[in-house]
Amino acid sequence: MGLLDAAVTRHNVLVTSVDNVLNWARLSSLWPMGFGLACCAIEMMATNASNYDLERFGIFPRSSPRQSDLMIVAGTVTMKMAERVIRLYEQMPEPRYVLSMGSCSNCGGPYQDHGYHVLKGVDRVIPVDVYVPGCPPRPEALIGGLMKVQELIRMEQIGVSRADALKKLAEKAQDPRFIVERERKVARA
Amino acid sequence: MQELERVGQGSVRVTRKSDKLVIVEKDLATEQMVLAMGPQHPSTHGVLKLECLTDGEVITEAIPCLGYLHRCFEKCCENVDYPAIVPYTDRLDYLSGMNSEFAYALAVEKLLDLEIPRRVEFIRVIVSELNRIASHLVAIGTYGIDLGAFTPFLFCFRDREIILGLLEWASGARMLYNYIWIGGLACDVPADFLKRVREFVAYFRPKAVELQELLTGNEIFVKRTYGIGIMPADVAINYGWSGPMLRGSGVKWDLRRNDPYSIYPELDFNVVVPDGKLSVIGDCLSRHLVRAVEMEESLNIIEQCIDKIPSSEGFNSRVAIPKRIRPKAGEVYSRAENPRGELGFYLESDGKSTKPVRCKARSSCFVNLSAMKDLSKGQLIPDLVAIIGSIDIVLGEVDR
Amino acid sequence: MEEGKEVSRSVQESTAAYKIIQETFGAAVSALDANETMPFLEVLESGRWVEIALFMRDHAKLKFNYMACMTGVDYPAEGKVGIICNFQSLALLNHKLAVKVKCDRDGGCIPSVSRVWHTANWHEREAYDLFGMIFTGHPELKRILCPDDWEGYPLRKDYKVQERYHGIKVPY
Repeated sequence: MGLLDAAVTRHNVLVTSVDNVLNWARLSSLWPMGFGLACCAIEMMATNASNYDLERFGIFPRSSPRQSDLMIVAGTVTMKMAERVIRLYEQMPEPRYVLSMGSCSNCGGPYQDHGYHVLKGVDRVIPVDVYVPGCPPRPEALIGGLMKVQELIRMEQIGVSRADALKKLAEKAQDPRFIVERERKVARA
Repeated sequence: MQELERVGQGSVRVTRKSDKLVIVEKDLATEQMVLAMGPQHPSTHGVLKLECLTDGEVITEAIPCLGYLHRCFEKCCENVDYPAIVPYTDRLDYLSGMNSEFAYALAVEKLLDLEIPRRVEFIRVIVSELNRIASHLVAIGTYGIDLGAFTPFLFCFRDREIILGLLEWASGARMLYNYIWIGGLACDVPADFLKRVREFVAYFRPKAVELQELLTGNEIFVKRTYGIGIMPADVAINYGWSGPMLRGSGVKWDLRRNDPYSIYPELDFNVVVPDGKLSVIGDCLSRHLVRAVEMEESLNIIEQCIDKIPSSEGFNSRVAIPKRIRPKAGEVYSRAENPRGELGFYLESDGKSTKPVRCKARSSCFVNLSAMKDLSKGQLIPDLVAIIGSIDIVLGEVDR
Repeated sequence: MEEGKEVSRSVQESTAAYKIIQETFGAAVSALDANETMPFLEVLESGRWVEIALFMRDHAKLKFNYMACMTGVDYPAEGKVGIICNFQSLALLNHKLAVKVKCDRDGGCIPSVSRVWHTANWHEREAYDLFGMIFTGHPELKRILCPDDWEGYPLRKDYKVQERYHGIKVPY
């Protein structure tokens, strides 16, 4: 939805434009809190560095949760760390987003079966918006996940809850198998 | 003079001078402050909590609190087969996955008494040394960024990306490889791999010199690390230090030379110890210098390996891998030189099962970090950051 | 090991070091298990462990100044837990040796050698955290890896993980 063509809906046109402008402003400068826990943190650092460069998306890591609007949980969350994660999440001002990076914070990862001290997925303690699979996810995958967060922000409207925005995002989702098949056909040709 | 009011625990003494009250003396209230540094902190290199008791800006005690990344490596090992432990060892010291896998493979091969093909040995050394350079680049880059120097971080990561590209070409993954298997390798290196590695070595030599000039030639960096965190050699040995930490204190001890494994006896390289000209022996700057110069030694090792490696004709990297890895009953403690020090594996096998009875990872960073309490006594808070950076910890290995 | 197969140099050195310990401590230490991969002796009288440790560190022909590793082990069949320490004389005499000390599972104690080698300080805390043996004389014996209020000793063979920790579900 372009900035200049605000769709006329049953909402007041002015509100929709403000939504667009606000969302565009928010997604273009998404400041994550550097919450690197384990191996995924190194890939997050590599994504921030010059080869993949997150700053061209406006993504500039902050040290303090009080200055950030995105928390990238990069790495394994342990039971000892879980309470600190909750505290850091609560210190972030709203609107805030959580991106779970890597297998360990998605679901416990390789430590799922026998890791007694590992939290099996950070979504057991905080609400997660986007999951990025991988162990560790490539920098390109992390950038893809961040673009998903940007899409989510585009779905948001004043007065609409986060759960509804997530539902709208899920409706837009495409099954990756078809895309992969299509690309394979093009490559074979 | 009359004591007029109590300010906190101190008091203020005043006197009357022509009807005005004038403060003559002040007892300032002083008490120790507890400063919790971490577990979320930009400079702690991971989830480490340092409980600092400070008297103003001076630290009386900095106690490391661990366990925020305790991922139950040893419990996982007891429940999976020997080959399946290799990905877990990757994730111990995730910056040097190849070295960790190498150490583990050596331990199991000792129990199995396996004979490894020569080409496998050479490839293992090449990828381990490449990983050593990558790991030192992160150590140096993040050390610079902790102390405020942002440029070396960017340069280090640029060069590290080239190494990761090479390792991805060989093994399929950028960071956590699962490449060095017990008894061999997952697959042979690609056809032009060695040529590209040689090109990288030629490219990186001047870059390593440039990195040295950026940091060691920088007066601010030297001022922040010279004479900080000095550890005498005998105390370091008693603490169990190893690797660049121990060499930074002047002890010429490198497991690749003193307890050699694989083909290291055939290779010619120097064990880097500081000579005391640029730094005080045992301080943070010495440890940093050891890592910086070690990268150049690794380049020499890689070149020698590429010259001597047997050809890939008729080579199968999996030929020596037993069908089922079930070592005879026994125990072994085997160690290898990781970029951070001695990574040892204690393995106990009961001779009947395909899973180890006990597998312990002796972590270099865990032992190096245990000296933190004594190293930090009497240091200023910014110097604490310099000390942590010089220890070069990776919490995955500390907490396992 | 076949008859007539040569014992490696490192095992010979460990055997020589063991002989010196055995001359002084006699029945307090077991016979040397001179296997190829990890020659070890067991301290049978754990009350004398600190004495043996000091002797190993300071004797002119032993000089075991470097504790490479201390591993906690569970022996469920014997009803015991124990530690295995790997020593080396770093940059001096270069020989290696391993020492085992065992104690009962319930309430067993092993004297702490953290004042002999500083390496042992955190390793003993870890062994206590994961296996539950008490190290008498340790300056600060509390859990190091698991949280302070964790239930149970995780690396014991009969460990059952708790259902909840501070309200958060622990198993998958």
